[in-house]
Amino acid sequence: MSPELALAGDALVRAIPLILTGLAVALSFRAGVFNLGAEGQLLVGAAAAAAVSIRIGPHAGRSIIVFALLAGAAAGALWGVIAAELRRRFHVLEIISTIMLNFIAIHLVSFLVRGPLQEPTHIYPQTESIPEVARLPIILPGTRLHAGAIVAVATAGVLYWILKHSAVGFRIRSVGAGPRAAKSAGMVNVGRLSWGVFLWSGAIAGLAGAVEVNGVTFALYENISPGYGYTAIAVALIAGLSPLWVVASGIFFGALETGALALQRDFAIPSSIAGIAEAVLILVTVAVASIRGRSMIFADRSNPA
Amino acid sequence: MSTLGTFLEGTIRTATPLAFAALGETVTERAGVINIGLEGAIIAGAFGGFVAAGIAGTWVGFAGAGVAGVLIALVFAVFTIRLRADQIISGTAISLLSLGLTATLYRKAYGATGAALSIPTMEAVALPWLSSTPVIGSALFVQPPITYLLYVLVPAVWWWMFRTHAGLALRATGEDSRAASAAGISVRRVQFLAIIFGGLLGGIAGGVLVIAQSGSFAEGMSSGRGFIAIAVVVLGRWHPLGVIAAALVFAAGSALQYLFQAMGWPVPYQAFLALPYVLTLLGLAGIAGKTTAPGALGKGQNLS
Repeated sequence: MSPELALAGDALVRAIPLILTGLAVALSFRAGVFNLGAEGQLLVGAAAAAAVSIRIGPHAGRSIIVFALLAGAAAGALWGVIAAELRRRFHVLEIISTIMLNFIAIHLVSFLVRGPLQEPTHIYPQTESIPEVARLPIILPGTRLHAGAIVAVATAGVLYWILKHSAVGFRIRSVGAGPRAAKSAGMVNVGRLSWGVFLWSGAIAGLAGAVEVNGVTFALYENISPGYGYTAIAVALIAGLSPLWVVASGIFFGALETGALALQRDFAIPSSIAGIAEAVLILVTVAVASIRGRSMIFADRSNPA
Repeated sequence: MSTLGTFLEGTIRTATPLAFAALGETVTERAGVINIGLEGAIIAGAFGGFVAAGIAGTWVGFAGAGVAGVLIALVFAVFTIRLRADQIISGTAISLLSLGLTATLYRKAYGATGAALSIPTMEAVALPWLSSTPVIGSALFVQPPITYLLYVLVPAVWWWMFRTHAGLALRATGEDSRAASAAGISVRRVQFLAIIFGGLLGGIAGGVLVIAQSGSFAEGMSSGRGFIAIAVVVLGRWHPLGVIAAALVFAAGSALQYLFQAMGWPVPYQAFLALPYVLTLLGLAGIAGKTTAPGALGKGQNLS
């Protein structure tokens, strides 16, 4: 197979977790929820998927993949709900709580791969490889592109439909436009809605972690995410928080980061340069949105809960 | 050193960079601006301090750290005040920018392997009389001089904020930018200066990590301290003295690990590493509804 195809495949493989976490961020920002915790939600999702694949995989059939992905989503949802509960009960700003939960997730994974989930020889800080049966199939021969791509695009499609055509989508958009107005119009229980958004946003980010473990790494280890959950903020904002555009922007950032890695390999240009490009793109996007006179995120930030 | 001594020493050690950053952020937030980019100022300060101290010694190192923090804060100020971009998103992006920039510069200048280069750290200086105080003496008063700067800075900021005209203008801006503007205060100027001051102290906080503590730079070594400092500002109720108290309580909680380790508790070490973040969440939950943020905080009101 040609190296060009392999490189393009790698860019698409990298786009998969970026699309999913980008969708998680886009959903939450649309509802005026500042979930900066996609990174942590991805990590606990990856851990849960790895645990299910390794512990149950050897005794199960192909359906184990579905259970592994569901476990990842459930773990991510749980991580999101912690932030939701902290906000609902104690008015803790999610900007801080989700970042704190990211760091807690890092240390949790570090503990798991050196403790309960460590590979049998207890030498390396990682899990054993997940069994073949639990691995997502390759959908483009000659590349590493796996069925997680279908999961990502399908999630984007479902989210697009929900936001555009369903009643709950309408509520999310109206709360995002102005929680006070939505509340005083009496049509939305803002607190309950944002709780649900935390849950689903976390679930999608958790799914990203599961797809990464069952499609790419086949094991859990520290540094399994090179900051997907943070790049996701750029992915979502460049896409104007629109689910279908998140697919395009995820592929763009996947290509950007894969290209940066190639630059590092071939020309000794540090790959962290991609992070700079992402940050600059975010800044340009918010500045342009501001100059055009419309805030991308809700105008009214006072806590309505 | 006794276990208690180690614990107190660890507390001051953890509290110092946090207190610098939180004190600066207090001033920024009192002007009605929430700078989530504080993490970026800290990591920039750590890198700037590392480079400058390596060239010309510890005090120049702190100057370099402060300048680096100010530069990052300047970017934030341009985007939020001039371009009126969203404060939360801009701040997040600026943290990512600074983390990426320092990592790239570090790898470029010192090689991708990041072999642990080290610089001489600032020596601790014992203050006469005070350092011989029983129990707390050696922990509080045998410290690098930068810590003593903090001891002076805290009352100074308090005095400035509550006893001067400029401090009143700052608080008025943060409470109600429109009213402050109507009273003839240049809101944008006040906010700009408050952001720069926050960046300066954030940069120095990063400098403390490198020049007074580790003696070397590592990618991402700020490890969330900027965000913890923002939580500390909330816990300290936006008051300089409260913020220092909060930083100390927080640091004491984090330093509990030295006591636990001394007692030989069979707790995985990752639990200790996660402790600061858990404490931040518990602290914020614990003060639920008992604080009031400056009225105009984070709202980015359109004013000239």
